Amino acid sequence: MTAFSAADVSLVERIAADLAHKPGPLLEVLHGVQHALGYVPADAVPVIARVLNLSRAEVHGVVTFYHHFRSTKPGRTIVQVCRAEACQSMNGAALEAHAKARLGVDYHGTTADGRYSLEPVYCLGNCALAPSVMIGDDIHGRVTPARFDALLEGEGA
Amino acid sequence: MTVTVYVPKDSSALSLGAEAVARAIEREAATRGEAVRLVRNGSRGLYFLEPMVEVMVAGERYAYGPVDVTDVPGLFDAGFLKGGSHPLGHGRTEAIPYLARQQRLTFARVGITDPASVADYLLHGGYVGLKNALAMAPSDIVKTVTDSGLRGRGGAAFPTGIKWKTVLDQPVEQKYVCCNADEGDSGTFSDRMIMEGDPFALIEGMTIAGLAVGATMGYIYARAEYPHACRALATAIDAARNANFLGDNIQGTGRRFDIEVRLGAGAYICGEETSMLESLEGKRGEVRAKPPLPAIEGLFGKPTVVNNVISLATVPVILAKGGEYYRDFGVGRSRGTLPLQLTGNLKRGGLVELAFGCSLRELLYDYAGGSATGRPLKAIQVGGPLGAYLPESQFDTVVDYEALAAIGALLGHGGIVAFDDTVDMAHMARYAMEFCATESCGKCTPCRIGSTRGQDVIADIKAGHRRDENLTLLNELLDTMQYGSLCGLGGMTPYPVRSALKHFPADFGPQRA
Repeated sequence: MTAFSAADVSLVERIAADLAHKPGPLLEVLHGVQHALGYVPADAVPVIARVLNLSRAEVHGVVTFYHHFRSTKPGRTIVQVCRAEACQSMNGAALEAHAKARLGVDYHGTTADGRYSLEPVYCLGNCALAPSVMIGDDIHGRVTPARFDALLEGEGA
Repeated sequence: MTVTVYVPKDSSALSLGAEAVARAIEREAATRGEAVRLVRNGSRGLYFLEPMVEVMVAGERYAYGPVDVTDVPGLFDAGFLKGGSHPLGHGRTEAIPYLARQQRLTFARVGITDPASVADYLLHGGYVGLKNALAMAPSDIVKTVTDSGLRGRGGAAFPTGIKWKTVLDQPVEQKYVCCNADEGDSGTFSDRMIMEGDPFALIEGMTIAGLAVGATMGYIYARAEYPHACRALATAIDAARNANFLGDNIQGTGRRFDIEVRLGAGAYICGEETSMLESLEGKRGEVRAKPPLPAIEGLFGKPTVVNNVISLATVPVILAKGGEYYRDFGVGRSRGTLPLQLTGNLKRGGLVELAFGCSLRELLYDYAGGSATGRPLKAIQVGGPLGAYLPESQFDTVVDYEALAAIGALLGHGGIVAFDDTVDMAHMARYAMEFCATESCGKCTPCRIGSTRGQDVIADIKAGHRRDENLTLLNELLDTMQYGSLCGLGGMTPYPVRSALKHFPADFGPQRA
């Protein structure tokens, strides 16, 4: 893992300071940091805590409570496969198994080339067109294993 | 002459390639020298026809779908810009039976208007409710909402007017309106469709709520899983502010209300109102004990209206047409209409808004056309992951809060997930426990520990390991979770489990003869 640089520290400080005036700003700050760095590194926690005048434990507790916040660096593209009931009713389990086999990782894993991270998701709100995946910010419906492969190829995998 | 063509920017339409279709229509029009104005509308909710392209011809809209990029040159050849006939054509959109038979009040504009345009919203009856509300006393606004019989559409079905009155009656300077847009239930997307297709209805509803209870600030708690909805909301809020429908001096009346969107972070529990408030305050989304009710001590300890997207987006039509108008739809104590979401293994999935009182069977077969796979439907789950599973013998139940409660089920947020006869209901029961374990906030023991133990016990039953003792144990565990949990997550996970056990015992392993 790359070291947390002085530039990273000042970036996190700036994000936190810009939002500190808002009521209850911590989630907003964490979204900002994750948007900028791709994750919330452990080294960012004391910086955020200092700027927002919170304890490290409070910040750490929030980071780890929410599925969306990552403490490790993700692959360049995050692939989310829906596990919820509507997708299961359209053989989502087969799609999940296929996605894991195709990428060669389990959920929360990142491919060895650092291209993809695979995450489960519980409902993308596309339940009439199940099963669904989200690749980056792009949602796809009625995804068969073959279509999943085609979508990844479209991404240049 | 410039022809207006509509290609939805709704997430579900995008999930089947609507963006590429829009680009292809632009390119093809440019190549052929046709003048086309492209409007990126929301979805009409006929998801089985998405991407559904509409063309305005002599004041009527004509629908084509599902359109693939490769169909676009053929559509031009067939003269679709003049409503020409084509194998993908469905004639006038309004005459498509799936749509024509609906009673759209909350969704009146969704799929019709440009969700980024205040002018279009005004042209289609928008902001009439706010105009009326600006001329009314707060207590009269609350009375109108109470008279309408509107109940919380997030799932709890608590009367909206009573909640508002409690907040109005608090003698406190600072109050808030919080919109719960954390639509995490599987089988639901009506909140998303409003935010993407008619966000001004939500903005107007929140503004009216602010006037009614004396709040000047509103928050929308939106999902990280809904990036398109968040962008559509941000665009609409900016547009409303620029048109003076939000801000310090709404339409020159001196009244003040503004809205900020806050993003959740992938926690199902934050759809529970007190957990959502914790999250809005920047904390872990752990539920609060009630009382105090959020209406008395809510966001940052201040009186707060917490309403679901659909509840708030229904307020404008109530204020525009009166409480009686809305109340005249529906049955029993379920007044008005409900946007139902037909999902999962169904041939024609989509959004169907109807007055309360239609039967589940009508929705599943007349609208949705039965299963997508062509196999018999075995079970449906109504009301999200914490809703009961219903067998075919209960499909004649009508959509009505009390009728569902009478059979040990719930209507929730109006989502229906259908399963064909290949589903293993013991697997679904175990999954309900697994989901509860994944999403538990951990604050109370019945939910935190019970959900993990529940998975083990169901697996043991299925494996035939000390089946009778384990069934007794499971029932005791379900009682503990149902009556001992702090909130609905642990408290309602027993619904899918119990209903699966009751209606599909054969799926839980061989029973002793």
